[in-house]
Formats: sequence, structure tokens, C-alpha cells
Amino acid sequence: MKNTIAERIQDFLKQFPPFDILKKDELLAISSQVKVSYIEKSAHVFRQDQPCHDEFYVVREGAIGLYRNFDKEQHLVDICDAGDLFGLRIMIIKKNYRMSAVADEESIVYAISAKTFEPFIEENKEVNKFLLGTFASHARDYYTETEKGQRIDNTISIEVAQDLSALRSISYRKKPETCSLDHSVKDIAQKMTKKRVGYIVIVDDDKYPMGIITDVDLRTKVATGMFEITSSVAEIMVAPIVTYSKKLTVAEAQIALIKHNVNHLCITKDGTRNSKLIGILSDHDLLVSFGNNPSVLIKEIKRIKKPKKLRYIRKQLEKLLKSYLEQDIPTAHILSLISEVNEALLARVIELAQKDMETLPPVGFSFLVLGSQGRREQLLITDQDNAIVFEDVKEEEYESTQQYFIRLANKITKGLHSLGYEYCPAEMMASNPRWCMSSSKWETQFRDWMTTPTPESTLLSSIFFDFQCLYGDEKIADALSDVVFDGVNKSNRFLALLGVSALQKPSPLGFFKQFLVEQNGEHKDTFDIKTRAMMVLIDAARILTLHHNIKGVNNTLLRYAKLSELEPKNAAIFESCAKAFRVLIKFRTRQGLLHNDSGRFIKLNTLGKKDKLKLKRCFRPIRDIQELLRVRFQLNTLL
Amino acid sequence: MGFWSKKNNEKEYPEFWLKYLSFFDKKRKDQPINTTRFVAFDTETTGFDYVNDRVLSIGAVAINTYVVDVSDQIEIYLKQEVFNEDTVEIHGIRKNNGLAKISEKSALKLFIEYIGNAVLIAHHAEFDRKMINKALQRHGLGTLKNPILDTGVLYRKTKHIIYQDDLNVHYSLDDLCSDLKISKSDRHTASGDAFITALAFLKIVSRLKKSNAVTTNDLFYLK
Repeated sequence: MKNTIAERIQDFLKQFPPFDILKKDELLAISSQVKVSYIEKSAHVFRQDQPCHDEFYVVREGAIGLYRNFDKEQHLVDICDAGDLFGLRIMIIKKNYRMSAVADEESIVYAISAKTFEPFIEENKEVNKFLLGTFASHARDYYTETEKGQRIDNTISIEVAQDLSALRSISYRKKPETCSLDHSVKDIAQKMTKKRVGYIVIVDDDKYPMGIITDVDLRTKVATGMFEITSSVAEIMVAPIVTYSKKLTVAEAQIALIKHNVNHLCITKDGTRNSKLIGILSDHDLLVSFGNNPSVLIKEIKRIKKPKKLRYIRKQLEKLLKSYLEQDIPTAHILSLISEVNEALLARVIELAQKDMETLPPVGFSFLVLGSQGRREQLLITDQDNAIVFEDVKEEEYESTQQYFIRLANKITKGLHSLGYEYCPAEMMASNPRWCMSSSKWETQFRDWMTTPTPESTLLSSIFFDFQCLYGDEKIADALSDVVFDGVNKSNRFLALLGVSALQKPSPLGFFKQFLVEQNGEHKDTFDIKTRAMMVLIDAARILTLHHNIKGVNNTLLRYAKLSELEPKNAAIFESCAKAFRVLIKFRTRQGLLHNDSGRFIKLNTLGKKDKLKLKRCFRPIRDIQELLRVRFQLNTLL
Repeated sequence: MGFWSKKNNEKEYPEFWLKYLSFFDKKRKDQPINTTRFVAFDTETTGFDYVNDRVLSIGAVAINTYVVDVSDQIEIYLKQEVFNEDTVEIHGIRKNNGLAKISEKSALKLFIEYIGNAVLIAHHAEFDRKMINKALQRHGLGTLKNPILDTGVLYRKTKHIIYQDDLNVHYSLDDLCSDLKISKSDRHTASGDAFITALAFLKIVSRLKKSNAVTTNDLFYLK
């Protein structure tokens, strides 16, 4: 009997090894036994230390991450894309899983039962070889661990980072510190101190490098009394010097430093000692280039040509965020650094989408990010919220112009999606014709929301009014914010309604000072930190800055700082709000990193008493600010 | 009326139909989604007229424990005398195109035995339900007793509240495919569409779980 579904599965599988080796009827027989599962993001296919399933898996679409828990930390072993096999343990050892398989993005996987597949392995040596190879490549980490008995530590994360950085050219320091042969040790020590460097390269008249002196030489050769500080640099310099060309990759540089047992590599024009010195690379620079540095990430972003590669940067960014949180770096600082990289990522996605369009944009436009991104408060990846404003065009050109920008927006949102930004469930994205309009249409829309406020329009304006121009012509975006302020000045009623919605947010604590948790749905019994706590602080800050006509300040923390300046008598409240907001955002980010989600819903039973108290302390300012809104806009009459 | 009078005289029903009816003797208990057997199905027909048009093929695939089970599927092609030139282009089933075809009667028997008491899923289910029911009635049988879910309706529930009430929006299976990112190969074959419907169902349920639905009955009473 005809089996269309099995035939299609066969069509997919036959593109990939080891299925490509199998005969057509064999593969069809396997395909007709396949079980197809949909794995939502962050869901497990299997968990470490659990008994093996009876089947192994092939990724149909999406990406499955293989993680191994080790020393209480999670290490990424591999990411499986379409056509990759995983969970092969059942075919080889049939013991408990040694790692967990988690969907990195929503995925569809085919499960193939071991029983169905086993006969083909026995018959076909090639298939067997392939399976063993795949299995071993995933298993590599724990072999090193058990055989050598040492921590695998960072090796895995570096392995992953290598995809991104190891093969790219190093970024070295240009204009290295140099001196000629006729200087004394004292001279160069003074120079090194003044310039705050740990090395100096000795060059000849042609700027060819002859030798190098580092802090180590000063310590071991001079401070020990072996040489006088009046000695010539020629006496203590290390020569000959290790030189390379600037085409050196990060991986090669790493090996070179180890091989020559030095801390510095000289970069010369043709890579030999007999050419001009153009730069220097220290082991420290190399460390920095391993991605734990925002400026390096930004540079790298600008070089990337494929959106898919940008995803690895986004992954690196998460690592960076984690280390910042561990080091207790001030929240405001983290926010600005992460937003900086994030915006560079987004701008690159837009640039690439733009390049992909057949023509240049017909008129100027501005790509806006909204909500938390617009406020530069997004640490964890959330939904996309964005919009496009383009310059006014003639009536008859309107439709074609809008179509152009919708096509562009479609490419952008798709690119962002591949970065891990989920599509907005409310479709607040520039690809939606409602949110891709000309300046004057936007102005009308904004005015509409303000003059005839409904619960829907207040919700929309609270999202849309926190916008930021991420790409394109900022003037177009600025004109829009003028409309908002103009509208606010004309009607206090609009602000009052925004105020009402801020007061109506569900309260965080119940009558007996217990946390109020969600009553139903997937997040039952969790505490919704966003709606119950953060939103009120965000809303209040927005309303009050609008009220004061403060332009260009979109960030909640900056807004409170500005408000404290303008209303010294309420400064205490505003400062406590800002403080509470900082604590909440950090709290949410930590939770999000821990559970690989948005961190919005907190399982209270996973919190210690200390954390619960910390959270509760944030609720006091929320009450205060609500009271302030109530009085200022006389909201009691409206509630 | 003929149908109702027959119902009181069950002895005239063939054995497979009596067995089918016995599944529905008791009131269905609510079950978690992952222990319910679902069957996603689709029909290709000669046209859209319930009375004059005929079912040309039925494709169906089961979802057990959240997994689309390809080994639990059925693909039936029917011999039909009614033939409509206009719809051949859509699904490419000509009267004689070499596929093994069976009579409508045996097709219905196969299908009824296959679905058992599963919860049925179809996109714009009303059409497929009516086409099957008409066919059943032509052969002196009753109508489908299974609870039926419509992916078109379920999908609407996943939309944001702002868009949900917009009843004018009509979500085609193609819309679902592009929004839920399901590959559109084999659109317009019954089995292909049934498979797509099954995948769409899994994705929709995963979205709905985030808001409220946890049991099978929940899916029927979503607001």
C-alpha cells in the first residue's frame, strides 16, 4: 500500500549519512516506522543519567543541543542541526545517557527504533563505522575526563568558541612600544612604566625587530643583581625574537606562544625577522579575543556575513552576561554593555537583510525596536518587538513603498528569529503592515491612541512609545516622539489612563504578605516577576517622564535618575524605585540563565529565604510609586 | 429519517460498525493529552458539494504520547464513479492513475476500524466530517461518533487576544504552515495534509499549554 508520509521521510533521510548508503527499499522500511516529535524550545529529548530510550534520533529541523553536566556546571558538547544524529548510545552501549539533549530552538526530530535499525548495521560496515564515529565525537569529553582524571573545565567551551574565533585572524596591537639598541635598562624601564606596558621591542634603524625585553627579564636579570640598571638593553634582551605575519589565526597564535614558551609574538610585515615590525600580540590579547569582551564581539559582528554565524555571538554574549553577574558588576553597566552588543547584532542583521534586497530603499526609513529593547533593558533574549517608519511618499506610490519595507522587514524578522528572537505572538513586528507605515500614518496612529484611549490602545502605546531607532534615519524617529509629547501636553486624560493601567497590575503580595502566584496555565504556582513587579516600575517611570516632557530618555533607570533631579522632594521614592528595578532585573536575568528561558516566571520553592526577602523588599517602592501616581493624576476617580 | 429508524434496529449494522459503536457506550472520560490517541486525517474529494461530490482518498496518521507515529497510518484511495474535471488539478487523482483503489464500502470499513475511538483532528474539520458522514449514510451506517478537533479553530486560540476576536480572518492550512514553520511538501494529497495537520496540532498544543489547556477536554472548551 502506498505510504506518502513514509516516502517523504525517506526523501529527507536519504540526503544524510548513514542513510545515503542504504538501499531504497531498506530506507523506506525504516522510514515507515519513524516516530515524529515536536520538541518545544528548552524541552528535553532525554536527560543525562536516565536509561536509554529504545530509539535514536535524527534532527528534521531546528537545533538540538547536547549538554553534559559536570562539576555542577553545564557544558555544551555539540549542537545538532538538520540531518544530524544523536542519542546513539542505545545502538552502542545501551546504558544510561551520559548527556542531555535539549532543544535550542523549536525542533522536529525523527525517532528511529534501534530494533528496526540494528539489522542494517550488522549487514553494512559503512553504516556501523559512521555511527561509531558520530558517537565518539559526542562522547569525546568524558573520555578525556575519565582517562586522564582531570577536569575538562573550559576545554569544551573553548572548543565551541573555536567555531567562531579560532580560525579568524588575530587582532594584534598596532604601534608597539619600541626603542633602539643604544638605551640603558633604566631608560626603557622608565618608558615601559610611563606607557604602562609590560614589554618593549628593540628595533634597528630599519625598524626590523632585534629583540624583546619584558617585565620578566627586568625581574629575573636586573632586580636579581645579575645586571646593572645602567647596562645596555642589548645585554638583557631576548633574541632572536619570535615573529609571525599578521595572517596568523587565533589558534596558531595560541600554539606559537606555547611552542616558543613566550608571552609575546612580534608581528612583522612579511612574517620574518628581516622586515618591518608592525605590531605585537601578547597572551593577554589572545585571552581577550576568546570572546569574553564586548568590544571584540562587536568587531566580530561587523565582519560576519551570515545571520547563522551571528547566533554564536549571541551565545557568547550569554556567557559574558553570566560572568558579569557572577562578578557583581553594577546593573546599569551590564545593561549598557549588553545592549551595545545586542544592538550591533541587530544592526548587522538589518544590514545583511538590506544587502539581500534587490534594490535600495525607495525613501529614508527608521527601524525601531520597542518595549524592553527600546528601553535598553533587555538582558535575556525575548520576543521581537519592532516597527518601521518610512518617509512620506506620494499617494500612488504608497502601496509599493510599504510593500518594499514589508519585504525587508520579513527578511529582518527571519534573521532575528534565526538569532533566537522568537516571533512576537502579538505580531508587533515590522513585517505586519499595521506596524510598517509612513511618518504621517504613524503620527495619525499615535494621535489616535492618545485622543481615544481604550484598554487596547493604552497597552499598545505603552509598548510603542518606548521606541528607539536602531537603524536608519534617526530624524524620522525623533519626529515621532515629538508627536507623543505634543499629544501628552494636550491631554492629561491619556496620562491618567496610562496611570490607571499601572495601578491595575496584579499586586505582588497577598493580604498575609505571601507572594501571589499564578493560578493556572503552564506557569501555575510561579511568581510572575514581570507583570507583578517590574511592569509597574517601568510604567510609572514612563508616565512621569512623559508628564515632565523629558525627551530622549527611554531607559527606566535613567528615567528615575532624571526624575530625582526634577523632583527633589520625591527623590527618595525614585531612587528606591531605581534600586528595586536593578535588583529585579538582575534577579530575573539570573533566573533566566538558570532555566534557559525569559526568567519571567519564578518557581518560589527554588528560592532561598534570603532571596525571597530580597524580592519582598523591592515591593515597598512599588506601592509608594503607585500611591504617587494615584495622587498626582487623581486616579481614584477613574478607578 | 431512514437513518434514525435504523438506529433502533442495530442488528442490521455490520459487525465492524457495532464494534465501533461499542467504543462510545460509556461517556468518555477526560484524559491527559499524552495518553489520548489522536488521529489527524484529511480527505480529497471530487468537489465541495456534500450531496453530489465524493471522497477520492483518505489519509490519516495517529498521534500517540505527543508523537506522530508513522507506523500507525492509513492511506486509502477510493473507486468512484462521480468524477469532477475541475478538482483533478488540485490533487491530481485521476480516475485511473495506477493507484490501488478500493470500493467506498471497504474504504469506510478500513477507516472506521483504523480510527476506533481516537479523537479526530482535521483542518476545517466540518467539511471532512460531513463528507465522511454522507458516505457512511449512503451505506446505511450512522455518523462519526468521535470527538473532532479543528486545527483552524485551535490555531485561532493561540493568537494574541487583540487578534483573536477577528472572526473574519480565515486561517488556511497554508497560513498555518508558514506561521508554524511546517514544510509544505505534499500539500493536497490526503496523507500529506494529514501529516501537516498532525504537526500543526503538536505545535499548537505546545503553544496552548503555555496558556491553559492541559487535558484533552480542555482543547474542546478553550476560550
